[in-house]
Amino acid sequence: MDMRAHDTPVATLADLLPGQHATITGLSGESELRTRLQSLGLRPGRRVTVVRRSRFGGPIQIRLGTSDLLIRPQQARTIFIK
Amino acid sequence: MKRVALLGMPNTGKSTFFNRLTGASAKVGNWPGITVDLLSARILLGTEMVEVVDLPGIYNLHGFAEDERVARTFLEEQPVDLLVVITNATQLDRQLALALQLQALGQPMVLLLNMIDEARTLGIHIDQQRLAQELGMPVVAISAKHGMGMEQARQAITQALHEAHPPRAADIERTFAEDSALQTRLDAIFSATVDVPVSATDRLTDRLDRLLLHPWLGLPLFFVAMLGMFEAVYTLGAPLQDGVAWMLERVKTGAVSPAVTAWPPLVQSFVLDGLFDGIGTILSFLPIIVLFFLFMAIIEDSGYMSRAAFLMDAFMSRLGLDGRAFVMQLMGFGCNVPALMGTRVMRSRGLRLLTMLIIPFSLCSARLQVFVFFTTAIFEPWAAPLVLFSLYLFSFGAAFLTAVLYRRRLAHAEPLLLELPPYRFPTLRQMWLRGWREVTHFLREASGFILFGVVLVWILTHFPKDVPVASPETLAGQLAALFEPLMQPLGIDHLMTIALLFGFVAKEVVLGALAVIYGVGESELAGIVSSRIDWVQAYSFMLFVLIYTPCLSTVAVLKQESKSWRFTALAIGWPLLLAWVVSFVFYQGARWLGL
Repeated sequence: MDMRAHDTPVATLADLLPGQHATITGLSGESELRTRLQSLGLRPGRRVTVVRRSRFGGPIQIRLGTSDLLIRPQQARTIFIK
Repeated sequence: MKRVALLGMPNTGKSTFFNRLTGASAKVGNWPGITVDLLSARILLGTEMVEVVDLPGIYNLHGFAEDERVARTFLEEQPVDLLVVITNATQLDRQLALALQLQALGQPMVLLLNMIDEARTLGIHIDQQRLAQELGMPVVAISAKHGMGMEQARQAITQALHEAHPPRAADIERTFAEDSALQTRLDAIFSATVDVPVSATDRLTDRLDRLLLHPWLGLPLFFVAMLGMFEAVYTLGAPLQDGVAWMLERVKTGAVSPAVTAWPPLVQSFVLDGLFDGIGTILSFLPIIVLFFLFMAIIEDSGYMSRAAFLMDAFMSRLGLDGRAFVMQLMGFGCNVPALMGTRVMRSRGLRLLTMLIIPFSLCSARLQVFVFFTTAIFEPWAAPLVLFSLYLFSFGAAFLTAVLYRRRLAHAEPLLLELPPYRFPTLRQMWLRGWREVTHFLREASGFILFGVVLVWILTHFPKDVPVASPETLAGQLAALFEPLMQPLGIDHLMTIALLFGFVAKEVVLGALAVIYGVGESELAGIVSSRIDWVQAYSFMLFVLIYTPCLSTVAVLKQESKSWRFTALAIGWPLLLAWVVSFVFYQGARWLGL
């Protein structure tokens, strides 16, 4: 399945609205960031829900299983979802 | 002596467990190649003394964060008999990863499932026996906070130590490649042993967060919470500090003074005004430090600190800081010393140093005394509050400017990835232990430096010995004369420069010093000052006092916390430069405008 065929950009975690959930498909950040995200449980195949977003482009609160995490939009954009 | 290393992810209650296991006997130890403080304690397990070392919380043994390097270095350099790995039982889906990574090192291990009470409340069921079987190591469920399962944990550790082979350092390099296979194993073990209900979140936390992180109410509530904490610490702290000062004065006049009357006047003055006042300066910080950390324990352990980061991050991230830095900056408005110590919650060194660089600009209560005096002595009653308010603006301005200027130099790669733990209330025991430990740490690390500084200023203001104390003829006066060409363009004269030298020790003494220098009582000081300087000079002086080095104790703590003389030099030098430039621009600008 080639997403580019439909000319839609690949969706990332930063695109989700509060209450929406998705499955992680890949990580595109540099290796240090990827390592950190994976050890926090953000790895392909995991389901993730956006709980809330703070105002003025601040961090996003996400829920992974039983853990809640804060992530800035900048890093959320490196996490591909479907 | 056998050695046990305690490991775990952040927010697993690792320190709570360590405190439970070791009591208050823990000490900060020095280890070769390790740059952060590690607590360790010697305790009796079974029939032998064992050293327990609390390693920093890490997410990944192979990670790149500073704490992860520290833990790795420790395990590679120090022979360890047993690894005790502590996990948050509600998050085994990802926490087991660290346990598996550590197991790959091949050292004996005990696994603790902490917060088992929370896991049960959430309906999470863990098949402990099966887990122990799958992992091939003892597994004990505990609640470190409430002391549940501590005896079993103790026994399991003693037993494992008893069976342990000779200790050895770990070969971590070798295990890097195995990480991907580990994930598959984790998933298999997790699904075989842990049963999590579909919706396992803390309802109360969700409800509280809906209010405390509300898009509109969140920030106002945050400021109310900060104000409340600030008021609590400093309104409770002020009478305690007064009490300490009162007691010191009693001891001084009642016991020390009579004891030294037979000695030569210079020695008397040295003991009373040098040594004794130096010790007094150190003691006066203790009530504030204890109170501050009692309340910090609440803010931190309750999980509200991460919420503050959520609320303030959009703004602070532009300055290269995060929301936790803002909390510390605000607390600095009471006293910079505990606020600097509180930055230890930030685990990234760059972020921490940047925060420590901006905290000293917070207009603390000691500086406030000086400003209240000058504004009432020099300005009309209607203007005084505005003048004071403008100084607060300068305080924030200097801090934010500094953050923007230095965020690249003290760059930190660490992205904000914080856990948002459920709301918890710390036990009184945890709070006291925290306050107590911080006080002893401060006494050990900072007191020598503070005493040295106070004695140095005593020497500067009392020698040569035939001239009046703190007069222009003393060493301090001569030093001030040396600085005169630098200070004159700021409208700050020779005598006021001597007061600034005093102010380096503590801002509380600036007024007393001015009184001594002008040779008047403190009650007549206002009249003298207003007759000798105009408002432009006074404001320039206040700007300088606001921005330059807050006090010796702050410097001592900057050194204690950064462990770097280079950083401490920067944290003294940069504010001095900034203070000079700001006062210069203000004074010359005002004169140029004909004021």
